[in-house]
Amino acid sequence: MAGFLARRLINYVALIVVATSLAYMLAASALDPRSNYEARRPPPPPAVVDARLDELNLNNKTPVFQRYLRWSWSVLHGDFGKTTVGDPVNADLARRAGVTLRLILVGLIVGSVAGVLGGALAAVWQYGWFDRLTTAASFLVLAVPTVVLANMLIIGAVWFNDLVGAQIFLVSGETTPGLEGGFLRGAADRAQHLLLPTLSLSLGLIAVYSRYQRNMMLDVLGADFVRTARAKGLRRSTALTKHALRTALIPAVTYFAFTFGALIVGTTFTEKIFGWHGLGEQLINSIFTNDVNTVAAISCLAAFGVLVAALASDLMQAALDPRVRVG
Amino acid sequence: MSGHVTLPDEQLAEQSSPGGVGVAVPSRGRVVARRFFGSWGGRAGFALLAVMFLAAFAGPLVYPWGYTDKDFTAFLTPPSPSHWFGTLQTGADVFAVTMRGMQKSLVVGLLAALVSTALAAIVGAFAGYFLGWTDRVLMWVADLLLVLPAFLILAVMSPLFAAGQWPLFVVMLALFLWMVTSKVVRGMTLSLKEREFILAARFMGVSPTRIVFRHVIPNLSSLLVVDATLNVSAAILTETGLSYFGFGIQPPDVSLGTLIADGSKTATYAPWTFWFAAGLLIVTVLAVNLIGDALRDAFDPSARRAR
Amino acid sequence: MSDPTHPGAPVLEVADLSVTFGSGPSAVRAVRGLNYEVRPGEVLGIVGESGSGKSVASMAVMGLLPPHARVSGSVKLLGTELLGASDKRLAAFRGRTISMVFQDPLSALTPVYRVGDQIAEALTVHQDLTRAEARKRAVELLDLVGIPHPAERATAFPHEFSGGMRQRAVIAMAIANDPDVIICDEPTTALDVTIQAQVLDVLRKAQRETGAAIVMITHDLGVVAGFVDRVLVMYAGRPVEIGSVDEVYYHPLMPYTMGLLGSVPRLDQGERGRLTPIDGNPPSPAALPPGCPFEPRCRLAVPECRLAEPPLRPVRHSRHLAACIRAGEIERGVVTTVPKLPEIPEEGEERPPRESRRVVLGVEDLVKHYPLTRGAVFKRRVGTVEAVAGVSFDLREGETLGLVGESGCGKTTTLMEILKLARPQGGRVVVLGRDISGLVAADRMSVRRDMQVVFQDPMSSLDPRMTVYDILAEPLRAHRVREPGPRVRDLLRLVGLEPEHAARYPQDFSGGQRQRIGIARALALEPRLVVLDEPVSALDVSIQAGVINLLEELKARLGLSYLFVAHDLSVVRHIADRVAVMYLGRIAEVGQVDRVYDTPMHPYTQALLSAVPLPDPVVERARRRILLEGDLPSPADPPSGCRFRTRCPLYKAIGETERLRCVHEEPRVRPMGGDHGAACHYAESLDVV
Repeated sequence: MAGFLARRLINYVALIVVATSLAYMLAASALDPRSNYEARRPPPPPAVVDARLDELNLNNKTPVFQRYLRWSWSVLHGDFGKTTVGDPVNADLARRAGVTLRLILVGLIVGSVAGVLGGALAAVWQYGWFDRLTTAASFLVLAVPTVVLANMLIIGAVWFNDLVGAQIFLVSGETTPGLEGGFLRGAADRAQHLLLPTLSLSLGLIAVYSRYQRNMMLDVLGADFVRTARAKGLRRSTALTKHALRTALIPAVTYFAFTFGALIVGTTFTEKIFGWHGLGEQLINSIFTNDVNTVAAISCLAAFGVLVAALASDLMQAALDPRVRVG
Repeated sequence: MSGHVTLPDEQLAEQSSPGGVGVAVPSRGRVVARRFFGSWGGRAGFALLAVMFLAAFAGPLVYPWGYTDKDFTAFLTPPSPSHWFGTLQTGADVFAVTMRGMQKSLVVGLLAALVSTALAAIVGAFAGYFLGWTDRVLMWVADLLLVLPAFLILAVMSPLFAAGQWPLFVVMLALFLWMVTSKVVRGMTLSLKEREFILAARFMGVSPTRIVFRHVIPNLSSLLVVDATLNVSAAILTETGLSYFGFGIQPPDVSLGTLIADGSKTATYAPWTFWFAAGLLIVTVLAVNLIGDALRDAFDPSARRAR
Repeated sequence: MSDPTHPGAPVLEVADLSVTFGSGPSAVRAVRGLNYEVRPGEVLGIVGESGSGKSVASMAVMGLLPPHARVSGSVKLLGTELLGASDKRLAAFRGRTISMVFQDPLSALTPVYRVGDQIAEALTVHQDLTRAEARKRAVELLDLVGIPHPAERATAFPHEFSGGMRQRAVIAMAIANDPDVIICDEPTTALDVTIQAQVLDVLRKAQRETGAAIVMITHDLGVVAGFVDRVLVMYAGRPVEIGSVDEVYYHPLMPYTMGLLGSVPRLDQGERGRLTPIDGNPPSPAALPPGCPFEPRCRLAVPECRLAEPPLRPVRHSRHLAACIRAGEIERGVVTTVPKLPEIPEEGEERPPRESRRVVLGVEDLVKHYPLTRGAVFKRRVGTVEAVAGVSFDLREGETLGLVGESGCGKTTTLMEILKLARPQGGRVVVLGRDISGLVAADRMSVRRDMQVVFQDPMSSLDPRMTVYDILAEPLRAHRVREPGPRVRDLLRLVGLEPEHAARYPQDFSGGQRQRIGIARALALEPRLVVLDEPVSALDVSIQAGVINLLEELKARLGLSYLFVAHDLSVVRHIADRVAVMYLGRIAEVGQVDRVYDTPMHPYTQALLSAVPLPDPVVERARRRILLEGDLPSPADPPSGCRFRTRCPLYKAIGETERLRCVHEEPRVRPMGGDHGAACHYAESLDVV
């Protein structure tokens, strides 16, 4: 068991190292931090630019591999380097990670719970009105790209706010800056801000999960053990929740690992469009500002996140399914 | 599909020879097609997609405005008989640019899906059939690509896609789409490998590579066709996301993503700049998904309808 | 229709039960008017082949069919009508008054709950018990159905139980509330024969304890013969004959019943002869022929049979009914179904004695071990499975060697090791004089040409994406034969199919026809040795007989040698010249078929043979079974010395000092006269059949 875990962890670390290194190499060769200075009016003297870029380890006149060695040495000491303006990447990302985590967690919980429930109910009432409605809705949602969905939500919110003449939905940022009032007022404000981004992030997830859970549930609805449960005198509804749904949850948990990557992309769009200052927003900004070190650091965090999700889904599967536990 | 239902030449000869009487048995392809067009989703999806294709590729031929033309007499005007979908702030015709964007989105989506599904089939089938080191290496690469943030990599590489380099964009898009499918293919290959017809071929002396291409991949074709369809929508959605932020199709070319990005800024007071592009994109992806779903049912009728 | 042996009012009355799936022209009428009743303590057998509607009917009685099935007629349980009752009302009956044992024990239990809890749930649904009381009662029930260490095993999960133990757990659940009727739907079909004997014994005990009536649904005529009082034969969704088991078996009145009984190979009959298959295939329930549905396959059919479906009516007396217009003639002995079949060309006469014939396949001390891993997510190696632990046998030219044993005995692994043509982990395999461990690629191809294989499952042994032509041409192409066309035509004729069938896909054929295609493919390269892996076990008896006849005929005509792997001992007796019995990776006994079956020496062979039910009610009732205790030990941790000693009845009968030898010394196969050998220190013959 210990040996097995160790081997898996080593593999994970190797994946993170290779992924991050690849991302660094790519970013270091494709992005051009020098252009940030050349665009200034008046342009600073080349010697000054070179010195500044050397200090930040961003000078494209230094061979990529040499920059990579210097970068990886500092990463080994827990330092992801500096941004193009000279701020430490670590501090900036640590601040932003909290924002992203809040958004992802809420979106994930809302998305998976609502999706699993909706899918299970749709399967139980197969071809009933609920099934048809959720099927049609999920088809529609899956056809709408997150960027379009987010914009549609904003347009709808603006229209609604105009209609009722009050700021019900707040579409920019996490909180209203300089808000007065007590804790309750603050919490309400946060909730108002959270509503639309959560919706934009989790609607797609609900659609995906409900389709998947519906199929999983349909597979077990006809299973022999559900029939056995009913044959011993359980009512259909009891047999379905206690025996069918419980068993159909297992594959949904494995599916979780696969959706995590999509969730990261979704967060990127959502943060950028709703003006949340999280990792996703910084990812897009960093490419525009040719910020090689931030790009590499975010790649590392994303890889880490995906692997944590994979591990979590394995552990949850082991918790739910006695067959995969080590006996 | 046609690849699996066409008969080899010698067999055709056999059937047309006086000795062998051809028996009219509906081929698998025809059965699937009948079931596909028998479903509501299949008909609707196919019709919608056909209309989209026709509009995107034939529309510009008959429409007076080109996607690079500017009408300096009409800036940001609502839809009218002379500009069907209205105009942009620059005076560009919305219908012309939207059709151009749709052409790009459709072509990019279809090609990326084709490449990624082929890659997934070959990698997954070889990993699952040969196991050992082949499997370990291939699956490690798949894991690596799953762990790499695809959006970021594609965005970083966006300068390379400028100036008509969109085929490279297609290849890169496909490179980040195949992993999950290849894992599914690998898993199915593992169980297929134990099936008796594969064992029979092995014990007959058929070579392993031939078994993979002749028995394994054809028997996964239903999964692959469905997956290719769903990859079309995945590719279109990814392309839209990237282009929205300026990392995909580069100016002067346009795609639905760039149009939606521009349109979203003027959407509240000039809805035609946003809604036509967004609506057509949604309809396209919806059509592709409907086709994928109907195909899945058509290939495996026991999966849902029979219950 | 009062029954003298089982007095009392019927507990379950089924009248005019019909089940239809779908509607319009594509509607499938799975059950078309079923009538029966059972009285307290009575056992009714319902016999039929796959697709006869027997399982659908039992699900309809339980009210467990999916909602889109349309059920009509009447099902009365203790006088209460069940059809049309609400789920809530039915749930109160299910498990309490009427309970059910299902076919596949592997999937019948919810994988995520403990076995004891699942049994306790059956109790708490109907009785007002505390959790602790229910658990305690669950342990008692597990003990009753013969599960060792019940208190401990109650906390196990279903995947930790063997198939036989799971079926016992399902039976425990079924008898938990002392029901009046137990419906058993093929309860032993998925089990090995010694486990089947145990489970049938448990069912008999359960019936004694509860006094319940049992409805036993099965396709196995042997199981029915020994277990039931009355038997009902179903064909195409309808009952075609019903009567006491003796009357139906010894004086069948319906040609279908006669055909079924004639097509079963008998364990107790050694003489060579062809089986009498029923021609054709069962009709599709979606497209029934007009008139009597059996008419197209019936040897006694007359034109009137096509006019109308004959009703089920009393023939001999009020309790023996048959649905055949000629039943009266059959009863008077005016007509008979015994056909005149050509005998197989005799091969034994001028055949040289066995010793002077060439060895086609020689296996010496073959060993195959593979790692045992646990856990799907956290995989780790926990031991080594000794699947094949030193197996030796030889197969001579023109001979059929039957390799028999229960699941887990290593017979399939042995076969795969031979077919792989790779160097074995231990021992030697010699095919047609060539040792397979030293083969180079070209030699391997030529050995492959001479040794071909037929697999068990006709559904999975043919690539569904290829036409029959491509399937048959594949071996020819792999061995660079130009122009496979004429050969494919010949092959199809050889196995009794039409050359026009070449353009079709496997899905267009019935199971028996598919198996014929599989046999044709194996013969494409004119092999000398054919390895058959359970070639008829997936087929219905009436179809199976035709395939067995074909195999025998081909062997005689083409001078083939067969290695015939099977678990069905009756089939092996019918087709094989010699037999090797395997237990836990080793050969227990080997010899001439008639000698091994008539005077088995090894205690395992004796138990195995005694466990096979015979389709003969009188013989079956008089037989004494040797019941083996427990399950097959894990091949990852086999017992020391003799591998069979943990379950051996002989081991229990001998003294302490003699036992020491069994514990410490591994018995080798020792000669018992002629080429008959048994791997037992204290082997003695016993008449068990």
